[in-house]
Amino acid sequence: MPEKHLSTQFDSELNTVSSRVMELGGLVESQIRHAIYALSQFSAETANQVIETEAQVNAMEIDIDRDLSSIIARRQPTARDLRLLIAISKTTANLERAGDEAEKIARMVKSIIESGSSRALPASELNVAAELASALLRKALDAFARLDTAAAVSILKEDDLIDKEFDGFVRKLITYMMEDPRTISPSLDLLFVAKAIERVGDHAKNIAEFIIYIVKGADVRHSPMDQIESAVK
Amino acid sequence: MQTTPLARNETVKMSVRDLNFYYGKFHAIKNVSLDIPEKKVTAFIGPSGCGKSTLLRTFNRMYELYPDQRAEGQVMMGGENMITSKEDVSLIRARIGMVFQKPTPFPMSIYDNIAYGVKLFESLNASDMDERVEWALGKAALWNEVKDKLNQNGASLSGGQQQRLCIARGIAIKPEVLLLDEPCSALDPLSTAKIEELIAELKEDYTVVIVTHNMQQAARCSDYTAYMYLGDLIEFGATEDLFFKPKRKETEDYITGRFG
Repeated sequence: MPEKHLSTQFDSELNTVSSRVMELGGLVESQIRHAIYALSQFSAETANQVIETEAQVNAMEIDIDRDLSSIIARRQPTARDLRLLIAISKTTANLERAGDEAEKIARMVKSIIESGSSRALPASELNVAAELASALLRKALDAFARLDTAAAVSILKEDDLIDKEFDGFVRKLITYMMEDPRTISPSLDLLFVAKAIERVGDHAKNIAEFIIYIVKGADVRHSPMDQIESAVK
Repeated sequence: MQTTPLARNETVKMSVRDLNFYYGKFHAIKNVSLDIPEKKVTAFIGPSGCGKSTLLRTFNRMYELYPDQRAEGQVMMGGENMITSKEDVSLIRARIGMVFQKPTPFPMSIYDNIAYGVKLFESLNASDMDERVEWALGKAALWNEVKDKLNQNGASLSGGQQQRLCIARGIAIKPEVLLLDEPCSALDPLSTAKIEELIAELKEDYTVVIVTHNMQQAARCSDYTAYMYLGDLIEFGATEDLFFKPKRKETEDYITGRFG
């Protein structure tokens, strides 16, 4: 938003709510990083930290929603301002859900540790996907801060990589389970972890779509890539 | 510049082409072309001095009341150019009625406020006139509030009621087009809501053109919106498009309050 409103108060309200979203994004991003660390090291302590952060994420979501309602009620925003506020609302919801996925990973890690079979599982095979998902969310937040539609498009393309990693991991996990049926229970936990990582990528993708919505006014959800690319041109 | 955003089986009531308007040497409207759709509400918005009220006033030659003011171009309605029409100007204004910013009831009874204009154009017997007065006041959503005091002076009504009386007076002579020049700017929010409700009902029968300073009002009650600036028509489109994703940056700056 380069140009300023006549009302500096309106500008400051929009800036405040935008930076609150970035703050929430930063918190969720670190939650995901910690969840990935907890998985790679099977650290119950880090997993517990991730679970504890969840309450903070939830409270921030509620605060941002309250600020949004107040701005909409008092300013009656139009055009780009209206699109920004709608996108912030949706982005906040996506960030909160990405936080839920981090919490889910943490809980599954604890469950695997408690089952005592952590060493028998191919958890490190998830590292690539986890790093991809975490990086994708960070890119989405950067692109959101800069309202960068070109970056948004590249995020949409990268999400496919995570989906492919997920499919490959599931096939691998099935062979593990067939070879040693005793690992079925912890393997299912690991499957939930893999699914949660894949979902983080989806949330990053959703946020990227809202960037295009703010800047171009085009709703590109569920659209094929060529349509998205022509909307951004 | 898109002159006609009309898409959905709508007909054009007034077709404005290459309209220019001058206050003496001052060029107030510059080559404006646009189509006013029939039985829809079209709003003109823009900052003070952009020419929106002037544009409205050319439609029924209201400017002819003042010296040194002239219009050039076309305001076509029913195959005739209103600007150059030889028709009696009061007949043009009977076809294209107008309601002003401040309520202007005549200093006479509520009943006569309505009947006065009707008598100029039609000779109705007493019962037909009673019917017409009730019809107009009913259309303007005022009948229930004044039916027991039709002989009271129009000025005894509240501001919002006076404005609805003026709208009733405007529609009593059954015009084709109703021009509203900031009809709510002197009214409180409740009276404004009643007028907006009325506008929504009026478009069943009439073509309505409204000039408003209040962008939210244009967003609430119009089907099409035209944004004007310094005498130029900047953008004209369906209201929902113009307020959600305007095509021109100038429009976006104005409606989001970045103008200045």
